Amino acid sequence: MTDRATDTAAPFRPPRNQWWDVWDQFKIHRGALAGMVVFVAIVLFCVVGPWLWIHDAGFIDIRARNQGMSWSHPLGTDQLGRDMLARMMMGGRVSLAVGLAAMVLSVLMGTLIGVLAGYFRRIDGPLMRMTDLFLALPLLPLLLVMSMLLRERLSTLFGIEMGMFVMIVTAIGVTSWMQTARIVRGDVLALKEREYVLAARSIGTPPRRVIGRHVLPNVLSPVMVSATLMIATAIITESALSFLGLGFPPDFPTWGRLVSDGIDYLQQHPSRAILPGLFISLTVLSVNYIGDGLRDALDPRIRGR
Amino acid sequence: MTAPRRNLVEVSDLKLHFPVYGGLLRRQVGNVKAVDGVSFDIIEGETLGLVGESGCGKSTCGRAVLRLYELSGGAVRIDGEDIATLSQEQLRRKRPTMQMVFQDPQASLNPRMTVAAIIGEPLDEHTDWSRARKLERIYELMDAVGLNRDFANRYPHAFSGGQRQRIGIARALALNPKFIVCDEPIAALDVSIQAQVVNLLEELQERFGLTYLFISHDLGMVRHIADRVAVMYLGRIVELAPVSALYDTPLHPYTQALLSAVPEPDPWTETRKERIVLKGDVPSPSNPPQGCNFCTRCPRVMDICRRIDPPYREHAPGHFAACHLLDETRTDQPKDGARPEQDQPHIHQGEDA
Repeated sequence: MTDRATDTAAPFRPPRNQWWDVWDQFKIHRGALAGMVVFVAIVLFCVVGPWLWIHDAGFIDIRARNQGMSWSHPLGTDQLGRDMLARMMMGGRVSLAVGLAAMVLSVLMGTLIGVLAGYFRRIDGPLMRMTDLFLALPLLPLLLVMSMLLRERLSTLFGIEMGMFVMIVTAIGVTSWMQTARIVRGDVLALKEREYVLAARSIGTPPRRVIGRHVLPNVLSPVMVSATLMIATAIITESALSFLGLGFPPDFPTWGRLVSDGIDYLQQHPSRAILPGLFISLTVLSVNYIGDGLRDALDPRIRGR
Repeated sequence: MTAPRRNLVEVSDLKLHFPVYGGLLRRQVGNVKAVDGVSFDIIEGETLGLVGESGCGKSTCGRAVLRLYELSGGAVRIDGEDIATLSQEQLRRKRPTMQMVFQDPQASLNPRMTVAAIIGEPLDEHTDWSRARKLERIYELMDAVGLNRDFANRYPHAFSGGQRQRIGIARALALNPKFIVCDEPIAALDVSIQAQVVNLLEELQERFGLTYLFISHDLGMVRHIADRVAVMYLGRIVELAPVSALYDTPLHPYTQALLSAVPEPDPWTETRKERIVLKGDVPSPSNPPQGCNFCTRCPRVMDICRRIDPPYREHAPGHFAACHLLDETRTDQPKDGARPEQDQPHIHQGEDA
């Protein structure tokens, strides 16, 4: 910045500043950029792909079953003759949506509960005991009960597929926020004793803004890490649910279901299980790298190195 | 110096006890009496130094005066209003008049905020100014504390200790406070920077008519900056006097010991100086000794010290101390004169309570 800028144009400088700094740092993080490219590619593949590809994910062509890779079916077909590429694309939509939505839900819940428990001493005990309670709950029986009780009601409310989606996202979100909550609480406990929090209180900043301004930005790193891992867990939990018949209907493709369907044919057609697995791993890895880059970019101490 | 100056801050019988929990059921088993019945006034525009060894409750006292902790007892009247009894919202509105400069400039600045955001935080909280006007004020403050305006978009980690402390001071000044608690603002800085920061504080005091409570364990620096000095020991003020009186004729044995520990620049006097070395450790503030707090380490301890807490009273104009030794010398003199003065601190406290 030149001297002239400080004198005349100065008032217009700071507002946009911080996020441009973040972007500048993010840009030079190679892993994050690569992750971003891969993730965007996967998202485009799943979102735009089904419109462009000629085959429908649910179309059964029994004469063309168990085919290998060919020009008409680049990834082959499954045991019912459905095109694997189309199923991968459609399955990706659901898996990505479930993964991201469940991640957002569980991170929000975990952060909220962690911050409240860490910052307000009075509700620390009850909230953390509740967290322990949730940690002690066995996941699968709980999901079983949930799907038994709620499936009908949600289906009538949102339609079968949307109802299933809501249920699975809620189920995964509600049963996976505890780790985040514990990590966040621990960090908040340490952060609230820092002098800048005291300084903010001496200024007269009310607790909600102390949390928003001083506490949350500083717990971002651990939250980011657990968020990226959460996506993977959510996608895999969804596949486990589908595998048990508690998730989406059997003919409804998701990456997790494609993997579990492919396992039966692992010897004859290994690509059928490996490919969706590869996509799950790629998604998780790319999101992880994006999170890594974001964390670095958001930390001014690392920025510019 | 001209008009009769009023007391901006009146602290009376300030108490801050931290509960100690123990046992199987985490019941309260005692109190750490960090600040135990401290009273002092600060006149508008003056600097009151608060000295004492580590752990005597100086910082806690400073924070309690701003009600950063909930008080266990006593009153703190700032600008005529008792902040100990204000509601949270009233207190929030009162905050602009009283601010704080912290000890560790590294820890007191949020590493994720720019300098402009840090200095502007009080403005965000207490004004509804436009962004441009806030920025104007931020630049004004940066000028006042001697920071380059170009630094506004940098982060605290990019600064040296002295510069960080300037950021902290600018933040404290943002709302035009009347009273600033300086909680060991120079303890974490090296000597050359200490002088700069202290000079800056003095200059700002002159320019904006600030009142300081200057907490420090650096007796030399306190002598330089303060108008009056209070000496704390184990949660209580043992002596309070104008600078010259305190440094020339310390009355309390603890003050004498403390002052004898100040290094003398002149080697000739340094070698001949009588050094009072205190024995033992400071008693635990959760279990202070009976009688005078200092009786376990006092070189001139008497029987009465272990039984009765010495009253805190005025021994010379403006020179307060709490020690039985002084009362003894008093009682040798005409008895009529001593009587009324003996009751004085009680009346004083009664008025405030």
